[in-house]
Amino acid sequence: MEDGNKFIEVRDLHVEFDVRAGIIKAVDGMWLEINRGQTVGVIGESGCGKSVTARAIMNMVPKPGKISGGEILYHRKNKDTGEVTTIDITKLDPDGEVIRQIRGGEIGMIFQEPMSSLTPVYTAGTHIYEAVSLHRLVPVKKVGDQMVETIMTYRKVTKQEAREIAIDMLRRVGIPKPDQRVDSYPHQLSGGQRQRVMIAIALSCEPEMLIADEPTTALDVSIEAQILDVMRELQHSVNMAIMFITHNLGVIAEMAEEIVVMYMGKQVERAKVVDLFYDPKHPYTQALLRSIPKIGKRGERLATIEGMVPDPFHLPTGCVFHPRCPMFMPGKCDRIVPTNKEVASNHWASCLLYEEV
Amino acid sequence: MAAATLDSSQKGKQKQVSQSYWSLVWWKFRKNRIAVIGGFILLVMYVLICIFAEFIAPYDLEHKTNYPEARPQTIRFLDSEGNFSIRPFVYGLEKKIDDKLRKRVFVENPQVKYPIHFFVKGDPYKLLGFIPGDIHLFGVQSDNPEAYIFIMGTDSNGRDFFSRIIFGGRLSMLIGLLGQFLTIIFGSILGAISGYYGGAVDMFVQRFTEFLSAFPDIPLFMALAAAIPKFWSPIAVYFMLTIILAFVRWGGLARQVRGLILSLREREYVLAARSAGASDSRIMFRHLLPGTMSHVIVIATLSIPGMILSETALSWLGLGLRPPLTSWGVLLQEAGTVYAIRFTPWQLWTVVFILITIMAYNMLGDGLRDAMDPYSAR
Amino acid sequence: MVNYILRRLGYAVIMIVLVSFVGFCIIKLPPGDFLTQKLEQLRARGDRSAESQIEALRAKYGLDRPFMVQYTTWAVNFLKGDFGESFQYERPVKDLLGERLTMTVVLALATLIITWVLAIPLGVYSAVRQYSLGDQIITTISFIGIGIPGFLLALIILFFAIVVLNQDVLGLFSKEYIDAPWSVGKVIDLLKHLWIPALISAVTGTGGLIRIMRGNLLETMGQPFVEAARARGLRNRDVIWKHAVRVAINPLIVILGSEALPGIIGGNALVSIVLNLPTIGPLFVDSLRRLDMYLAGTCIVFFTILLLVGNLLADLVLAWVDPRIRLE
Ligand SMILES: Nc1ncnc2c1ncn2[C@@H]1O[C@H](COP(=O)(O)OP(=O)(O)OP(=O)(O)O)[C@@H](O)[C@H]1O
Ligand SMILES: [Mg+2]
Repeated sequence: MEDGNKFIEVRDLHVEFDVRAGIIKAVDGMWLEINRGQTVGVIGESGCGKSVTARAIMNMVPKPGKISGGEILYHRKNKDTGEVTTIDITKLDPDGEVIRQIRGGEIGMIFQEPMSSLTPVYTAGTHIYEAVSLHRLVPVKKVGDQMVETIMTYRKVTKQEAREIAIDMLRRVGIPKPDQRVDSYPHQLSGGQRQRVMIAIALSCEPEMLIADEPTTALDVSIEAQILDVMRELQHSVNMAIMFITHNLGVIAEMAEEIVVMYMGKQVERAKVVDLFYDPKHPYTQALLRSIPKIGKRGERLATIEGMVPDPFHLPTGCVFHPRCPMFMPGKCDRIVPTNKEVASNHWASCLLYEEV
Repeated sequence: MAAATLDSSQKGKQKQVSQSYWSLVWWKFRKNRIAVIGGFILLVMYVLICIFAEFIAPYDLEHKTNYPEARPQTIRFLDSEGNFSIRPFVYGLEKKIDDKLRKRVFVENPQVKYPIHFFVKGDPYKLLGFIPGDIHLFGVQSDNPEAYIFIMGTDSNGRDFFSRIIFGGRLSMLIGLLGQFLTIIFGSILGAISGYYGGAVDMFVQRFTEFLSAFPDIPLFMALAAAIPKFWSPIAVYFMLTIILAFVRWGGLARQVRGLILSLREREYVLAARSAGASDSRIMFRHLLPGTMSHVIVIATLSIPGMILSETALSWLGLGLRPPLTSWGVLLQEAGTVYAIRFTPWQLWTVVFILITIMAYNMLGDGLRDAMDPYSAR
Repeated sequence: MVNYILRRLGYAVIMIVLVSFVGFCIIKLPPGDFLTQKLEQLRARGDRSAESQIEALRAKYGLDRPFMVQYTTWAVNFLKGDFGESFQYERPVKDLLGERLTMTVVLALATLIITWVLAIPLGVYSAVRQYSLGDQIITTISFIGIGIPGFLLALIILFFAIVVLNQDVLGLFSKEYIDAPWSVGKVIDLLKHLWIPALISAVTGTGGLIRIMRGNLLETMGQPFVEAARARGLRNRDVIWKHAVRVAINPLIVILGSEALPGIIGGNALVSIVLNLPTIGPLFVDSLRRLDMYLAGTCIVFFTILLLVGNLLADLVLAWVDPRIRLE
């Protein structure tokens, strides 16, 4: 075992949508690694496949999409023994026992649309009970027959306990009067409160990783800061990994240790935050960063980069970025597909500038 | 001056948009095979039944014969001796007493053969009321004046049932169109006014449609139809019935049109037209009503079957059209009794014709809805 | 919630008043005072006291007074449970309806239950397995169902029963129970016969409801909360039934009141006529044909009350299942 700390490894993932007009390669050879307790930020233009990658990790790519290649290795740690087994998520039955334990229980997810991610006919509390009663187990001490030894066994939480957990979670995500709000229906909550309820649901099962798909897009700046604090605090208390998808470079600089830049369903660059911001290697990343005036300032959204995102049905040959690339090298970039190279220590980029061909 | 150019350029733009919209609708409609089949069936039925009924039907509506309650004759190519003839024929009918049913019946007599011909001379008629003729699509030719062909049997007066279904279809199918036409007029005008102006008209339309919808519609139809005085002329009864059907049903359409107008009147091109000083009626007829067209067509197509069925049900119950008017519902009056089903079940052919019409309308309407739906994939 | 219920109740009361007015107009609508008809009837029978009987009736219903007074008299009597007299049967309308009201309500309920029990699972299946063979079959069947009105279907069934199976399927009871007092056996016998007319009347509504359920559910399943529920680790069955269907079904309750129920009441009446069932439907048509107007007017008021009560119940159910209305 080379690295016991690895949690998720996405290896050469391909996801396709078979729509009437043709096949959209939403994710096209994506690589991604997330370690335990680590926060990885994922950035990229709209439509580059961030959300689809996240859904693939949960093995819930929506129809008409399907995972058409690659693997997603999940290094699952047994809570009692500490033993690690590796599961390929793409091979699991999408409605099977194992993936259902993983979803919500081991990997939680917060979606892009807070306004409509809660079922309108259930209270905030009901949502949390539902998740908690599926995933959270309470240890029971059991006394063996001959020796006085303790064997860990578990039981499900009771209604009362679930309610307490729900109230506690709502308090932790900063919802005022949580003991009343727990009985509120979604339409009685503001957008920010709904998003916080979503976070509370996801965190109530103490997952080992949280996928946060633009969790703060709908919120104003002060609530955004509050929620980011909550996430960080919880991350430290349970050593949770976070995959943080966003358009907001300020937020990501603050949250993440490592950043992955995506373009057209591929990873184009990966580095530690500081390296990426001060020494971006890939021309696409450079363009991305140029499009904002000051780094590290909150609230700056990615501006668009020159040129058009290519037609998904007619992808460019060679490097997919070459039609928009300022450093385009004719005869090279339009012919050869770049590979992912370590261009500096712990700094990876896939660009022909750094390849000898 | 500037206003005028703005208005006309807007109009040009809108025209362009609507043209491409309708050609898109037509394209999508043509691709939907079920809808095209439904439309085609209806076209054929309306042409044959409403225009050429006199020619298609072998006999006149009231042509009584001496063969009451005769069962349909089989059209044959082989006779009882096994001789094949390329020209189809039917056997003559012969009176008999059925001991089991204790009833006079007519059975086919293999001794008498009547060959079937196309374009035979028969009862004289006036096509569309003024083109005289006496040629019928098909019939039997024989010197015997008692030679008849009843492909769907006869009724208790010995009248050819097929001819009666064809003639009866005329009133039934037209009442659907006519009633729906009235509904569209009532519904879209009142709906448009109430959506555009709001105020008292809106209040009235809203409350009134709500009030109408508080009644179960079939019992309401029945009660209103029963109030038509018995001494009225058949034509007056027919039109009154049409008006009743339209009167009870315009509410739904009005509500839909109202909703559409409410959303359309805030659209840019309407706001532009208004700021350019176009008059209310101009905005209404040039900009707003055309925008509701596709919805109105779909709703209308899908509610014609309901109209036809209402007429059928009412006449069947003796509350709608009455003889001598003949519609499918009137035919059912005789056919729908237990006695008739036992002894003259062929009269239920009427039901088959009704169902074909209803299905065809549903197929067409469903296809039109798909084709005109602005939300389906373009 | 209380507000909402009060408002719906108030609305129903206003409607009943208006409807009763229309009902009374219908009673008065046909040309020729029905008492004149009755007079002729009595005379034809050679009844000597005809004139005085008619005078007594005229006074009782206040027919010589202004329209509004007549209406008030009628309405007050109606509230007291005196619906007038059927001169066709020469019995109080109340007795005639009383016999048939239960059966009418039972048939409507049975139709409603069959409609929902068939439509919801089929609609859900159709949406969950969109474009599958099952979906196509269900879609075709529901399409045909929409096109076949109950009374024509009843005629077709009657045709098969009489011509093909050679038996009459008329009535709601076996011969031995028709005049028997109510007993467990009679109820069971009723249920055995009831499902045929209920199923026949349910066909049209079921076809429509399947289409609506399918459409609603497809739309709902595209919503983020369904995906969010799945991401919480729920099994597919729970995601569909507890979240998607649970939300998609709410609009159906509204449709139930406003569209399905009028269809069921009218359809039941027609089917009852074909199959000769002891409900209000055949009585109503018969009374209209003979201008037995007190009977007819009362029937239509009853039909409408049935519909309004159904609507009210639908509103209550909606308030109960939809927190957005309950907590408004
Ligand atoms: N249900 C779907 N059907 C068809 N195509 C889809 C579907 N979902 C996603 N796609 C395609 O997959 C590609 C990637 O989509 P994805 O949602 O992952 O983008 P994203 O990076 O999350 O963008 P954003 O920042 O806007 O959320 C897009 O080109 C989109 O067209
Ligand atoms: Mg996304």
